Amino acid sequence: MRLKQLYFICFMALTLTISLPFSFTTPATLNAAQDEKDEENQITVMTHDSFSVSKDVVAKFERENGAKIVFLKSGDAGEALNKAILTKNNPIADIFYGVDNTFLSRAIKADIFIAYDCPMLKYIDDALKLDGSNRLFPVDFGDVCLNFDKKWFKDKNLSPPTMVEDLIKPEYKGLLVVENPATSSPGLAFLLTTISRFGEDSAFDFWQKLKNNNVLITNGWQEAYWGKFSAASKGDRPIVVSYASSPAAEVHFAEDKSIDAPTAAITNNGSAFRQIEFVGILKGSKKVELAQKLIDFFLSKSFQEDIPLQMFVFPSNKEALLPEVFKKNAVITKEPASLPYNQITEKREAWIEKWSEVMLN
Amino acid sequence: MINKLKMLNSSRALSLVAVGSIPILFFGIFYLYPLAGIFIRSFFHDEHGFNLYNLFKIFQSPRILGVIWFTIWQAVLSTILTLIVALPCSYVMGQFDFRFKRLIMTLATIPFVLPTVVVAASFQVISYSIEDAILLLSDGSLISLFKSNNPILMVLFAHIFYNFSVVLRITSSFFSSIGKETTEAAQMLGADSLQIFFKVTLPLLKPAIFASAMLVFIFCFSSFGVILILGGASISTIEVEIYRQAAHLFNLPVASSLSIFQIVFTFIMLFIYSNLQKKRAIFTPESEKFSLKKPSSISHKILIFFCSLFIVCLCGIPMVALLIKSISYKGSISLIFYQQLFLNSSGSIFYVSPVTAISNSLTFAFITLLMSLFVAVSAASLIKDRGKLFEPIFMLPLSTSAVTLGFGIIITLDKPPLNLRTSTLLIPIVHTLVASPFVIRAILPALRSIPQNLKEAASMLGASPFKVWLYVEMPIIARALSIGAIFAFTVSIGEFGASLFAARPEFTTMPVTIYKFLGQPGVMNYGQAMAMSSILMLVTASGFLFIERIRQFGHEGF
Repeated sequence: MRLKQLYFICFMALTLTISLPFSFTTPATLNAAQDEKDEENQITVMTHDSFSVSKDVVAKFERENGAKIVFLKSGDAGEALNKAILTKNNPIADIFYGVDNTFLSRAIKADIFIAYDCPMLKYIDDALKLDGSNRLFPVDFGDVCLNFDKKWFKDKNLSPPTMVEDLIKPEYKGLLVVENPATSSPGLAFLLTTISRFGEDSAFDFWQKLKNNNVLITNGWQEAYWGKFSAASKGDRPIVVSYASSPAAEVHFAEDKSIDAPTAAITNNGSAFRQIEFVGILKGSKKVELAQKLIDFFLSKSFQEDIPLQMFVFPSNKEALLPEVFKKNAVITKEPASLPYNQITEKREAWIEKWSEVMLN
Repeated sequence: MINKLKMLNSSRALSLVAVGSIPILFFGIFYLYPLAGIFIRSFFHDEHGFNLYNLFKIFQSPRILGVIWFTIWQAVLSTILTLIVALPCSYVMGQFDFRFKRLIMTLATIPFVLPTVVVAASFQVISYSIEDAILLLSDGSLISLFKSNNPILMVLFAHIFYNFSVVLRITSSFFSSIGKETTEAAQMLGADSLQIFFKVTLPLLKPAIFASAMLVFIFCFSSFGVILILGGASISTIEVEIYRQAAHLFNLPVASSLSIFQIVFTFIMLFIYSNLQKKRAIFTPESEKFSLKKPSSISHKILIFFCSLFIVCLCGIPMVALLIKSISYKGSISLIFYQQLFLNSSGSIFYVSPVTAISNSLTFAFITLLMSLFVAVSAASLIKDRGKLFEPIFMLPLSTSAVTLGFGIIITLDKPPLNLRTSTLLIPIVHTLVASPFVIRAILPALRSIPQNLKEAASMLGASPFKVWLYVEMPIIARALSIGAIFAFTVSIGEFGASLFAARPEFTTMPVTIYKFLGQPGVMNYGQAMAMSSILMLVTASGFLFIERIRQFGHEGF
């Protein structure tokens, strides 16, 4: 009996001491986060879950500017931007990294970024500059396209498709897995590819034919790549919608980095859609000067050259050199499929709705 | 005498107010307030002001009606199937004590923490192996059944896989606490074993069955990961639809309407349920020590053998498949993926070593455990007396869309004294919101079974309400409490809440690491995800064993 009493008293005491501070903490403790944010030279960058950067590169900026960068990861690209918009009146961060061109007009319309006459813009590829008002700066880009399993096609003695149109041919029946544009950003990019290539009306005829050709649909890239793609899983689909840099990632994340890529990307004939990511200073930031320095840094060579192996996308700075594994295994699309970004935002919901009607019923 | 009882009553009421204010404040600040914030923002934001039409617009879309209908029937079906599978097992587990029992119970609970992507991968391995086996045995006509092409079958199976332990743990613990007295009395009076089961055992067991069924239903009703990953693109639940509307389309009015529907629907269900539960069996629970028996006859042993075999097959095989994947590289056994976990080969600033990820996960899990026990015990004391309204309210976080709550938190908890938007504290707080309903569900049946006269006797003998609670109630619910603790721990350690709020990457947990690896192509990434998943299973299992040890200590002499 004594032991039991002791146990309960200890246990409840422990519970109380540990949980009380969380339930009813004095404002001082709860404000720790706020205080931290307000620290003199600290700058906060809000971004999405896929963002990454080398330790050394961050350290370089921090050393040169006597600053400290805090990163906040706020969900996938859409969710993170929505959170930035929701907190417009009382922003969490000074900089937002990762608005892509499919969300660009939502960001501009919400008016959450401030303009900055960035000196680094002259190094940036003009084709990537979509915001004329200098609020959002193109920082990287990735091309969404078809990837195929090289070994599978070799074993079957079949030549792989060379463009999107090929996918409805009978010899490719049951070979393709794509992502749902309603829940996946490569999925949406691929839908936009078809719209850009065939026009709004014929695109959905094409999708109907794809459906007849037994296309498989998953909700996200992970399920498609790790679950159904024959080169990466036990799945039986040798063609998948992924990125032009995926073959390079396959090589980079192999134990033996001298191997040939097991997969290849199809980027010719307008069959790749370019996703451009932008970075900007959030309205309401109290550290505009430091934020401007960080924007310059994001567009500078040291950050830009770090991008490929951290996020497996391409740098927007024309002078940034690509790592060896990219030069060998990744292709930069010469003529990407493209659509005006305001048209994307305007029609996105309707297109997804129509796609769901055709494909999911 | 009457005066004394009156005094006791008033001091009881006072302590009830004090105890009750804890969960009310907690739920009020961290759940109701953020939700109210996001709903108001959704409906009043545009210039046109509030428009009731917005709220009901969703019911005009045939697609959304289809989603609602699917959500409901798959949840009902999943719950029934889970009960059918789990109840016979909990009958055996609640009646007998045998070697390896704890190991098997631990095994049964681990699925709960596994990320859906990982479970999907292991299902896939299994289904292909089954396919191979069938190919060897027959002409392959059975294959079509096993092929993972039927998403609804996969979803139902995954729901059973995930929720099996909820029913097993809650009902078997309650079952063993019923004790032998009543059934033996019935036996003496000439009842045969079937009669005893249907007339005595089942009615006594009913509250625990309903409690666990309710949890499973709510879980499947708000299913997200399973539907998104295993269900493919053609099926969708309300929760998935909310995510789509809020995160991708940024259509807050529709997302909020759906969230409100989700919440109201669950509330009504729970309200009806708690009112149906008026007639409760009252009995004095017995210690496991006396109620559990050693298997004596051959038939008992066979029963135990098949029950254990079933649990091992259902829960064990997918885990073994994962383990095997994590240690096989190029056709042979290798620890390369585990070694890689310790290297920051890309030099990323977001790299965390597995040790850090484990310690982050464990820290959050134990804080969640303590907080949710604290909140849940006080909530349960409140519900016990003022059940009708509060009981459903405290359950609601389980069926609330994570995206909606995340958006709510970010716009409401943004000013001192509660500027928590970017605080690490949010992680255990949100975990506690989700874990508390489990703890409450686990302890309520036990708490309600305590006869009032037992407590009154203690009071009359001079025990203060606190002492009654500490010496009478707590020991009786201790076992149920430890079940609750296990679920709180599990909910927290398996929760993939990085996207719920603006997360600090330096506090990365194990599930988040797994998702990070699966975010990019490459053999090493996949292998490390499998290795991390195996570590997650191992850490979870050790956590269970640790909690159960503490509980045993608490049981001494009871």
